Amino acid sequence: MQLINPTKVQQMINAFQGQDLYIHLEMTTGAYAAHVDNTKHPAATFVTNATIRYIHGSIAGNAPYRVGLKMLNGWLYSEGLTHWEETETERLILAGHDSQGKLVVALHLSRRPF
Amino acid sequence: MRDEGHSMERHILVILPHPDDEAFGVSGTLAKSISEGAQVTYACLTLGEMGRNMGFPPFANRITLPAIRKKELEESCRAIGIQDLRVMGFHDKTIEFEDQEQLDARIEGLLKEVDPSLVITFYPGYAVHPDHDACGAAVIRTIGRLPQAKRPPVHCLAFSKNCEEVLGKPDVVNDVKVFLKQKIASIQAHRSQFQAAELMGNGKTKEKELQERFGRERFWTYRFS
Repeated sequence: MQLINPTKVQQMINAFQGQDLYIHLEMTTGAYAAHVDNTKHPAATFVTNATIRYIHGSIAGNAPYRVGLKMLNGWLYSEGLTHWEETETERLILAGHDSQGKLVVALHLSRRPF
Repeated sequence: MRDEGHSMERHILVILPHPDDEAFGVSGTLAKSISEGAQVTYACLTLGEMGRNMGFPPFANRITLPAIRKKELEESCRAIGIQDLRVMGFHDKTIEFEDQEQLDARIEGLLKEVDPSLVITFYPGYAVHPDHDACGAAVIRTIGRLPQAKRPPVHCLAFSKNCEEVLGKPDVVNDVKVFLKQKIASIQAHRSQFQAAELMGNGKTKEKELQERFGRERFWTYRFS
């Protein structure tokens, strides 16, 4: 994983526009959050291989980044994105890692199921 | 308290949900038993594909993590000397939501095939992560259905904050100081999950500190009612 290059990510978002796409969307505090610190509220949610189609989308912000995808009947929004996988040309792999490298948020788009 | 915990074991069946669950709590005990001639079958229910550690700086992502963690698991097993690894193909975070009949049937199949002299798993309700608790519950449920005379002993790992309060002191404490090399190698095999600095105290941790941190492994024998 590399630090996000917003120009290249925007190009991929444009390339995926208007097509049926499989998504992996996730956010997590980690299963041990409350075990380590009982003032923390552990939460996690993910969806894998749901399909969406957006009419336009963009990346915004300045490390960490936000992505918003406008769909016909709603929005997909993700905040806190720091990394992407530049070797993936057919899939958009975005993730947000905290200062210790732990995953906090993930947004992946692909024309094929994950 | 039994300090020679697993000596003379014939075949140990370890059932845990995530690659790396074996590293901190069981690897020394297994290395010790293997050195004494035991066979070990390790059934790992998932590939830990939802783990949030991806290396530091991150080198894995949600897509590459399962294959990376499988390799790490295999390396950890080699370090310990485990002869038989079974990757069971369930999905991380979903054990408590799995079809119980299907899950129990897979565990029952393992018990029949392996005919273990000892089973090691998590203590249901005292193992913090929902997958740990659900894994332990499935093992206990399945073994509990066997006639009493056919039940292998089950040693459980527990580490919830209240575990000693409720369960009492662990009744099996294994001294694994002689097997720290295998244990550390098992932990280090999971390089996407544990960073060396975090583990070794920036490399300045003395041998004695390592022995104190990792030299004993604790289990609670499950009491079937």
